[in-house]
Amino acid sequence: MIDILTEYDILGAFWKTIQLAFFSAIGSLVLGTILAVFRVSPVAVLRNIGASYVNITRNTPLTLILIFCSLALFGVLGYALAPRESPTYIVDNAFRWAVIGLSIYHAAFVCEALRSGVNTVPVGQAEAARAIGLTFGQSLSQVILPQAFRGAIAPLGSVLIALIKNTTVAAIISVPEAAALMRVIIENETGSLIVFFIFALGFVILTLPVGIGFTSLSRRLAVKR
Amino acid sequence: MAEPLVVMQDVNKHFGDLHVLQNINLTVGKGEVVVLIGPSGSGKSTLIRTINRLETIGSGTISIDGTVLPEEGKDLARLRSDVGMVFQSFNLFAHKTILENVTLGPIKVRKLKKADAQKRAMELLERVGVEHQSNKYPAQLSGGQQQRVAIARALAMDPKVMLFDEPTSALDPEMINEVLDVMVSLAKSGMTMIVVTHEMGFARKAANRVVFLSDGQIVEENTPEEFFTNPQSDRAKDFLGKILTH
Repeated sequence: MIDILTEYDILGAFWKTIQLAFFSAIGSLVLGTILAVFRVSPVAVLRNIGASYVNITRNTPLTLILIFCSLALFGVLGYALAPRESPTYIVDNAFRWAVIGLSIYHAAFVCEALRSGVNTVPVGQAEAARAIGLTFGQSLSQVILPQAFRGAIAPLGSVLIALIKNTTVAAIISVPEAAALMRVIIENETGSLIVFFIFALGFVILTLPVGIGFTSLSRRLAVKR
Repeated sequence: MAEPLVVMQDVNKHFGDLHVLQNINLTVGKGEVVVLIGPSGSGKSTLIRTINRLETIGSGTISIDGTVLPEEGKDLARLRSDVGMVFQSFNLFAHKTILENVTLGPIKVRKLKKADAQKRAMELLERVGVEHQSNKYPAQLSGGQQQRVAIARALAMDPKVMLFDEPTSALDPEMINEVLDVMVSLAKSGMTMIVVTHEMGFARKAANRVVFLSDGQIVEENTPEEFFTNPQSDRAKDFLGKILTH
């Protein structure tokens, strides 16, 4: 077991996992917020775009989305996200496509979490905002969304935890994160049960504080009514 | 009558099969205080909410200070900023402090500087008697205090007219007067007000005119004294009989 820990860069692989999760979380939060605004907007076209996006991406396996990014968008159409002359071209390109795929997929869940948050805001809040002359955009940004985010913290935490674990899917498009390294070690070494537990523990260490943190945040930031 | 400020002409509205507003014609002059009363379900709240288009109307026109109410968008927002509204359930912004509640509109809509908006907000909060609560959140205040803040929030926009939708109905009895006192002094200061209320004391003290609604129609309009002592229609007599006997 000591051999495994010294011979392979397990911490490095988990660092890649953390980076994947971090950038994908930001990407999905931004995209998901835009989608949520679409879904509650008074314009029917925007609402339909939002609903279609959520229904399509939420019901497509993440594996397929990542393979689509890697094979179709990069492989066939040739959209590279890193300069080809760079020595780390292959790894960088895979990593960036993984971030995009993970963001696209989880944005649908962020959107739905936020939309459930919007539903916790009483309709009178929006009426009061409109009554003092705020525009639709101002009502959203000043009154509705700040309260919706606070009401959506717990479900957003669940999305983040799922995202951290889902980064393992990026292994199939050759991102050298934790699950990819685990597969390598299991192929090369004996005692695969130990290896499995090491990586499982790694993910628990990553996700458990996130869950605890978000629970306490949701309690602390709850809007008192 | 003084120059007309709010004019409703042939306004109709349906909720499905229910004809909630039937040919409403109502003119409120500058500085006038009009009280809308009527049995529950008579359409008073719907009527007052159409004036700043929180409810849309089916047909007819509503104009404020000569401008017909626009359908949607920035023009509507601008017009709403001139119409103050006080709700039954206060509707203070729950995530903002009392001071932020009052300064939000002036800063975002009137583009006032933050310091100026705060100075003006503190004056208004003092006027309604909650200046010591300015850094608290709405949930920390009593209902009466919250409603007075809501009045200050509406006043901060320097509205041409103030709408009150049952402002004391959600309050405990001992808090009703503190809100009514603010409203009476507002009426005395010359503010144009349209008030849906069951507070007959307020109507007698501050109103120029009482408008009685029943089943979506304006049945009777008169001065408070005349209306309460000598109602003309049977429906008004019946209604007053029910609420004044105890």
